[in-house]
Amino acid sequence: MRRFVADLSRKLTPERRKNLVTCVLQHRTCSLFSSFQSQSSVVIPIRFLNTASVDPSMASDYSGSPVTLDTINIKVLNCEYAVRGEIVTLAQKLEQELKENPGSRSFDEILYCNIGNPQSLGQQPITFFREVLALCDHPTILDRAETQGLFSADSIERAFQILDQIPGRATGAYSHSQGIKGLRDTIASGIEARDGYPADPNDIFLTDGASPAVHMMMQLLIRSEKDGILCPIPQYPLYSASITLHGGTLVPYYLDEATGWGLEISELKNQLEAAKSKGISIRALVVINPGNPTGQVLSESNQKEIVEFCKKEKLVLLADEVYQENIYVPDKQFHSFKKVSRTMGYGEKDISLVSFQSVSKGYHGECGKRGGYMEVTGFSPDIREQIYKVASVNLCSNISGQILASLVMSPPKVGDESYESYFAEKDAILSSLAKRAKTLEAALNSLEGVTCNRAEGAMYLFPRIELPKKAIEAAKSANKAPDAFYAARLLDATGIVVVPGSGFRQVPGTWHFRCTILPQEDRIPAIVTRLTEFHKGFMDEFRD
Amino acid sequence: MILLQIIFTNVGNPHALGQKPLTFPRQVVALCQAPFLLDDPNVELVFPADAIARAKHYLSLTSGGLGAYSDAHGIPGIRKEVSEFIERRDGYPSDPEHIFLTGGASIGVMQILNCIIRGELDGILVPVPQYPLYSATISLLGGSLVPYYLEETANWGLDIVNLRQSVAQARSQGITVRAMVIINPGNPTGQCLSEANLKEVLQFCYQNNLVLLGDEVYQQNIYQDERPFISARKVLMDMGGNISKELQLVSFHTVSKGYWGECGQRGGYFEMTNIPPKTAEEIYKVTCTSHSPNVPGQIFLGLMVNPPKPGDISYERFVRESKGILESLRRRAQIVTDGFNSCRNVICNFTEGAMYSFPQIRLPPKAIEAAKNAGKVPDVFYCLKLLEATGISTVPGSGFGQKEGVFHLRTTILPAEEDMPAIMASFKKFNDDFMKQYEDYGGYLRM
Repeated sequence: MRRFVADLSRKLTPERRKNLVTCVLQHRTCSLFSSFQSQSSVVIPIRFLNTASVDPSMASDYSGSPVTLDTINIKVLNCEYAVRGEIVTLAQKLEQELKENPGSRSFDEILYCNIGNPQSLGQQPITFFREVLALCDHPTILDRAETQGLFSADSIERAFQILDQIPGRATGAYSHSQGIKGLRDTIASGIEARDGYPADPNDIFLTDGASPAVHMMMQLLIRSEKDGILCPIPQYPLYSASITLHGGTLVPYYLDEATGWGLEISELKNQLEAAKSKGISIRALVVINPGNPTGQVLSESNQKEIVEFCKKEKLVLLADEVYQENIYVPDKQFHSFKKVSRTMGYGEKDISLVSFQSVSKGYHGECGKRGGYMEVTGFSPDIREQIYKVASVNLCSNISGQILASLVMSPPKVGDESYESYFAEKDAILSSLAKRAKTLEAALNSLEGVTCNRAEGAMYLFPRIELPKKAIEAAKSANKAPDAFYAARLLDATGIVVVPGSGFRQVPGTWHFRCTILPQEDRIPAIVTRLTEFHKGFMDEFRD
Repeated sequence: MILLQIIFTNVGNPHALGQKPLTFPRQVVALCQAPFLLDDPNVELVFPADAIARAKHYLSLTSGGLGAYSDAHGIPGIRKEVSEFIERRDGYPSDPEHIFLTGGASIGVMQILNCIIRGELDGILVPVPQYPLYSATISLLGGSLVPYYLEETANWGLDIVNLRQSVAQARSQGITVRAMVIINPGNPTGQCLSEANLKEVLQFCYQNNLVLLGDEVYQQNIYQDERPFISARKVLMDMGGNISKELQLVSFHTVSKGYWGECGQRGGYFEMTNIPPKTAEEIYKVTCTSHSPNVPGQIFLGLMVNPPKPGDISYERFVRESKGILESLRRRAQIVTDGFNSCRNVICNFTEGAMYSFPQIRLPPKAIEAAKNAGKVPDVFYCLKLLEATGISTVPGSGFGQKEGVFHLRTTILPAEEDMPAIMASFKKFNDDFMKQYEDYGGYLRM
């Protein structure tokens, strides 16, 4: 576990590094580069090499450098995450401006359509879940008569049930590193009820959201840049960021926009072979179902092909299923990859599968709680031990999030006191999401040069824009990707924040942006109007 | 056969051993979880007015309640509360923009080390004995751990000479030493660094171009009066001059320890001093990929740095609960130290701070041999026997690092005060029996 100073056979001659100077005011002028003085309040980088091309094999000099841009881990520098990228920084500046000078713009608020964060845009949490969580946070009130006047009877009952599964009812204690056993039992039952196939609580690792679980798997699977992970393009940039951070290689497979973002096995095969011929060893296939940013829901037959492919090529199937409750079209249904595999007769010995779920999405939208899990099947016990070991370095995920994950996987049932209000809340949210998806999709499709596939699921629309040549040139002069240029203009004119398609990757030469369907219904008409007006103005300006 | 109760003294997990959560924060967070309660006329029957007001305050700081992702580096209003706490504590202003809230201090440590470690030629100075988060993280990130030994006979003090030697040796092997970790108060050792020691460390880091990582998660857990907690940042600022403007420091804190013990909430923060903005931006970028720390944990943090004040309805109770816990911990620190020292083959430095006791167990040669035959490291062997005989679950010293041939175990001081005498008596009985068994030259090895 511990590595002390190793006896290295190779000695490095201390090599003076090329003079990368990033001098920042208020902070010191590096004594190694004392000739440079900065007076302005802008960071003036004097770089002989830009960050993207810093040679990772460059040894630092003998004295050890302080932590500056030129001496930090290059994987950190190379990692990108557009969802909170440049456009968001611009938006925050604009928001500040609006606060300081109200009325300075034609719009009076910033509309954050960049991030799948429902409750920041007015979506209400599910009452029953919050009742149970509040009681678990403050269990001393459970025995008081007045509490019954404040909380529903079944939420009190559920809180008792959950607390009995926690030693000493201590919700403030670190739990087992995979999460509280009783909660994992509940989740396993929930998975079984969903899929019709048994789930083992020992396969479940509760994490602070699905993202840390994804990081854990990437850490495990990636040994070097020769290890490749097949990712859908367009993809949710957690994957590209995580692969970069762990030093691996992203191997893209393109979803087909013309067929509703279809996944072709032939494309998977081609990309796999191409990567292999370059000496990349493919370790896993990421599938996001329902898709992000693309929103497509895979057909069961497609899923079967994917399972066969992974089995044949001996790939770990990483199934990001966080949007499993967000389905908006009657002709599609969610099937978990575990269910599909088991239906095909494939068990533990046949396919290595990791399924990710989260409390952040669905109809519950509890992003801020950081709750989620991965269900890990088809790995040998010694690998499972390693996964457990990595999970244990951070001790455990937050208990409240664990409880919420168990509630999401076992919500009120017909006959429970809270069932009707729970169902009404859930139904209202989901039908509203479906409605907003449709309205925004239609609006986008009505714009000149814009085509938008329907959002079958998830929380996003990913329209394609045919940008005129003049716009592309203007973008180039502004040193921006064309879709980033469009998004910046959109923000500037309307206050609407979207994420440029380049943040998700796309077929080269095509341009998109991702917009969430999350603003509340009463905001949608204003968004549609502003967007339509802006787009018309933009096209008038740049039309060929 | 006697059925034993297992006593988990292996993890710093106070609530698991019966310590009760402080009432006020739980009231506030429960209300934040269920904001519809705030509109209920009966809410004041169950929750005090100041908890209600505070819940409203924190909800107003969020961008959609507990269920919305916050800023990746934490809710601005709470970061401001943290900066105000730091200013009150140290007497120097602190900038909220240099504070990142994290899902526990461990996450913050991992993020910073991930930034610093580029490859196996990057070394991080870590105290031995150390809390194995550091060794594990350095290993996972592919760096090199450069040990510096704390001196047990000098109350686990820091030895600058040894520090210099460690660095020199590392450099001679082509390692670039990039950062130094101090854990103050120490884990597992519990020592509280003196101001003079801290000055030495800061100077040392400055001269050697190291980032100082100050793990200060136990700053509330102080059990003697000679060396109260003093933050590395305060000492740095007191030193003034160039060092105070140039020495790079990252300080870590948490809601898991102190008298709060809210481990399960996963709330913490780090504060950066003299880290260039562009670097902070890169750290920010990486935190974005995990969205934000959990919001309830952030609120616990806010409450910890901004607790009830004199005059608040909940103040008296809060103080009573907090004092109760701290004073009991102080007494338990003494009971445990004395209990260990009453064994002839055990030497135990007093637990000046933190939550642990790290006694040195002198093992006779026969015991060491028995361990070897059992395929175990001697302190692991001892701890397993201890567990089997008494139910007391400890962590062998080899898990933290120690000098060759010297053995320890780490236990916590967290079991309930009323159980302590019995636990220490149980330990002593086991130890004395163990010594009889393995010092018995005419005897045989019992299975």
